[in-house]
Amino acid sequence: MPDNNGPTAFERFINGILPENPTYRQVLGMCPTLAVTATMKASMTMAGAVAFVLICSNIIVSLIRHLIKPHLRILVFTLIIATFVTIADKFLAAFMPDMSDQLGPYIPLIIVNCIIICRCEVCAAKQSVGPAIADAVGQSIGFALGLSTVATVRELLASGSWFGIELFWNGSATEGYRWAIMGLAPGAFLTLGLLMGLANWLSAKFEKKAA
Amino acid sequence: MEYLSQIILIAVGAAIVNNFVLSYFVGICPFIGVSRRVDMAFGMGCAVTFVISVAGFLSWVFTYYLLRSGAPLSTWIYHLCGGTGDSDLSILNYIVYIFLIAASVQLVEMYLRKFFPPLYKSFGVFLPLITTNCAILFACLEIMKHISGDNPWDLGQSLTFAFFGGVGFTLALLIMAGIREDLELCNVPKSLRGAGITLVIAGILAMAFMGFNGVNASLQKALVVKPAHATQTAVMGDVEQMVKKTNLAEETK
Repeated sequence: MPDNNGPTAFERFINGILPENPTYRQVLGMCPTLAVTATMKASMTMAGAVAFVLICSNIIVSLIRHLIKPHLRILVFTLIIATFVTIADKFLAAFMPDMSDQLGPYIPLIIVNCIIICRCEVCAAKQSVGPAIADAVGQSIGFALGLSTVATVRELLASGSWFGIELFWNGSATEGYRWAIMGLAPGAFLTLGLLMGLANWLSAKFEKKAA
Repeated sequence: MEYLSQIILIAVGAAIVNNFVLSYFVGICPFIGVSRRVDMAFGMGCAVTFVISVAGFLSWVFTYYLLRSGAPLSTWIYHLCGGTGDSDLSILNYIVYIFLIAASVQLVEMYLRKFFPPLYKSFGVFLPLITTNCAILFACLEIMKHISGDNPWDLGQSLTFAFFGGVGFTLALLIMAGIREDLELCNVPKSLRGAGITLVIAGILAMAFMGFNGVNASLQKALVVKPAHATQTAVMGDVEQMVKKTNLAEETK
């Protein structure tokens, strides 16, 4: 298997951010995108944890790619990912206990996040360390972008704040205007569905312009 | 009687009130991916329910006897090797669960192929997909959380939770597939086709399922005679209470 074909490291990095955005174009990793985006703080913590796990596991998988037996590869990937998720989980529990409580089971659920397994399978298992890191960083930024767009809409509408900074609807007179439903489960589905429609519409428009 | 009512509360809580898909957001990938036709959705739902029950059983046994702090079997081995005090292997939780899920998927696959070939043919495509289904890991994690809690779940409660979680998943998948079959005849805006409209519909479904929020509380009132500190199911009040809670949490921040 030749190591250097296909896109260069830089192209991989760029690809992850917009053209192959994990949330909007590949529709991967939906569980955290829906579950932790009620507030910006929680979703950025999640994005950080995913980035850590993705980058570390991509490096390890890329380093041992010649040793993995093909029929065992998914199991090996999952074990590597589970190890790093345990590290991330213990780290969060020790240094950010309130965030760890808030994210609850969704941190361990990173193990079965399709983005990471997909990147290990598609990229890291076939490339040397350099491109694998570039790919992981690009995908993590793309994932953070996806999370932050959903979280921005939801947090603004649900409580009138962003990153915990109150912007509007914070006096007792206007508190009633808050869209409480946006902070709950239905708001997550609706926001993501409509944003996905918007992303498709925008990309179709740009493609038409380019052609 | 009290035990039975706890079981009923856990079952209703897992299947309807706190539906895995529509309120915990786990198992979204198959929810979007295999909800195009009702028969496929039913096959996937059954396969998941089956695996989730097996994995729930295995994870309870492993957590209770080996992994939790002070677990009998690992403590016995620890003492045999000259240690003192309790052993705590809970750092291995996630790795063990992933192994258990992969193993139970393998087991189910082999068992079905040997004894129920027609069933294997209809499940077959979905089985490998299930290993990375978050609903199953989520059930294992909930069981882990409740074993180490104040009022630990026993095997029956854990199995009920896992099985009815799977039933709730099947229910959500079936409703979605029914709606999507009819949606084929509708003129959906081009950019919303596929995942977009599915998510919007799921939002409306989730809103409908929020109507069940009070069910658990009133069921508890009806079933449990003495004041219920005994049940661990998350009993949420109606929407207003939840909103109040979130507002309170923000104020304290």
